[in-house]
Amino acid sequence: MTVSDFDNYRPPEPPRRSRRGGKRRRVGTGDGSGEMPMVPEPEFASYYGRPVVKPPPWGDPIGAYLFLGGVAGGSALLGLGGQLTGRPVLCRNSRLAALTSVGIGAAALVADLGRPERFLNMLRTIKPTSPMSLGSWILAAFSAGVGISAASEIDRLTGSRLPLGPLRRMLRAVEGPAGVEAALFATPLSAYTAVLLSDTANPTWNAAREDLPFVFVGSASLAAAGLAMITTPVQEAGPARALAVLGVAVDVIAMRVMENRMDPVAAEPLREGAPGRMLTWSQRLAVAGGIGVLAGGRHRPVAAACGLALLTASALTRFGILRAGIRSTEDPRYTIEPQKKRLAARRQAGIVDDSITTAG
Amino acid sequence: MNKLTEAPGHIPHTGHPRKGFFTDTSICIGCKACEVACKEWNRNPHNSEYELLESSYDNTGALGADTWRHVAFIEQDREHIEKARDSGRALVSLGMPGLGPPGNSDAAGKPSGVDTTPPETPDFRWLMSSDVCKHCTNAGCLDVCPTGALFRTEHGTVVVQDDVCNGCGTCVAGCPFGVIERRSDGTAGVKAERDFTPGEQAPTRNVGVAQKCTLCYDRMVDGQTPACAQACPTTSIKYGEREELVSTARQRVAELHAQGLTEARLYGANDADGVGGTGSVFLLLDEPEVYGLPPDPRVPTADLPRMFKRAGIAAAGMLAATAAAFLAGGRR
Repeated sequence: MTVSDFDNYRPPEPPRRSRRGGKRRRVGTGDGSGEMPMVPEPEFASYYGRPVVKPPPWGDPIGAYLFLGGVAGGSALLGLGGQLTGRPVLCRNSRLAALTSVGIGAAALVADLGRPERFLNMLRTIKPTSPMSLGSWILAAFSAGVGISAASEIDRLTGSRLPLGPLRRMLRAVEGPAGVEAALFATPLSAYTAVLLSDTANPTWNAAREDLPFVFVGSASLAAAGLAMITTPVQEAGPARALAVLGVAVDVIAMRVMENRMDPVAAEPLREGAPGRMLTWSQRLAVAGGIGVLAGGRHRPVAAACGLALLTASALTRFGILRAGIRSTEDPRYTIEPQKKRLAARRQAGIVDDSITTAG
Repeated sequence: MNKLTEAPGHIPHTGHPRKGFFTDTSICIGCKACEVACKEWNRNPHNSEYELLESSYDNTGALGADTWRHVAFIEQDREHIEKARDSGRALVSLGMPGLGPPGNSDAAGKPSGVDTTPPETPDFRWLMSSDVCKHCTNAGCLDVCPTGALFRTEHGTVVVQDDVCNGCGTCVAGCPFGVIERRSDGTAGVKAERDFTPGEQAPTRNVGVAQKCTLCYDRMVDGQTPACAQACPTTSIKYGEREELVSTARQRVAELHAQGLTEARLYGANDADGVGGTGSVFLLLDEPEVYGLPPDPRVPTADLPRMFKRAGIAAAGMLAATAAAFLAGGRR
């Protein structure tokens, strides 16, 4: 065939399969005449195995924000509860926890922007179609309430030494309403991040859209409760213990339900690889923490250890889900297979007019 | 689509028909003139070391922040060609819209006087396709953009405002086609921006900001053809009013089908699909995933009202759980 000496260096070409009339497609039907394929045919074609959708440029700061936003939301609720039921230490600690976590979380969000100096553009408009836009407003409104209520706590902690002057009386007057306002935005803050992740073309996050909010509020509750159990004496931490147990139950059940209801292919990244291990450990730690709270939550060291386990569990959940989604964009399989399946299912059901591919 | 999701029809633009591309891959010769013209006109940096990607003649890789046209190269043997032909035939037999009036399918499939015998299947073929931003009717990137940096132009296209975008990256996740991307630093400035000092280069524009095809908005407002379509030597890339392009595309598919080339199909011409139809319509010769296109894209915001509802229930549940916790943990 060839005349060039350099062709000696070529690897040998695979033998060309000959065409045998119209029978070729019946190869491997079980009559023994066909050749067995060495490698099973892939169920889908792709373009050199390259990704179809792109991963968002969201790194660890976003994972940290998902975690801290949940902690802040749950803490603000505990703070309001403490405020209303006369638990001053729980109220103070929760308010301070909410301020700290929302502060660090917001800073992480800004740090992850491509142009951090333009972070205020987030509040340029209110867009109902953009969970990120709504979330920014929720975060801003939440931070305002938390900032005021926590400022009052800081003032009290420092023995009224903050240079507030006549503003002190005003601060004392609005701290209660501010705590209520923060709590109003606390649950949206804990839940919207799930919508933010699901409202994307990311195969895993999008497939998890039905149940991810429940996983996230469960995770937020157990994390905030865990933090309160660390910071607050057991006498006042009763509600935190109860919330921790409820949070663990919701988190574990919602995670199970979510994985079972998702497309099995799109759910794979939640089970495999490093994200899969993170999520497995998050479930184990959450269950261990929950059982620990029930068994010995009234002993401070046990409560603190359980709190730490719960906080770790929540962080692992958030990072695990974030990374599983990013991983699901690396292999085109996670995008193409579920899409082909749902397209085929619709065609099976007689809906043939909504495919992006048409014969004319 | 739900009321939330944006679409070109939401803003009535009098006197400006919706513009788009029709990329007829059956006459693409893979010259990559579109890639070059796009890079030059838009002053996009090259985004990688020069390397061979071991994917036929495609060493560009994929669409991205710095690559707004990407020519895909696929080499197929007879087996794949037959598979493509079969899948195209299956598509025709679904009785999908656009193939002549109903009840007249026989006539549409077999125009009289035309030889409809499929041609001898070749042993080998190249598939070459110039991919580009789809400028969707319901654009995921535009919907999820929190700053309003992405907007719908008067020509029905979707464009990023470089000076508004703060690089949050939500649009990157929102695009079902993997088109838009946040620009990291390019490895080289483009010639026009280069300093004349040897060894020194001007910095890349718009670093940290989402970037994608603008359908040459700057050329369009001047009545010019986008750079890629202008440069295309075979008219594989056609630019014009979307409605006209779609009817051109339908005619072209019918023509190819009449020649027995059942593998020909349209991508994005159906307004009932998951993204409401695309501004950039393609004529493909195999399944979309072969070209790296999603087989059933769906704008994520189509399900957004439902997602908000679920999140609302979850949020209410959290509130209730906290209240219950304070009731249960009431003993002090």
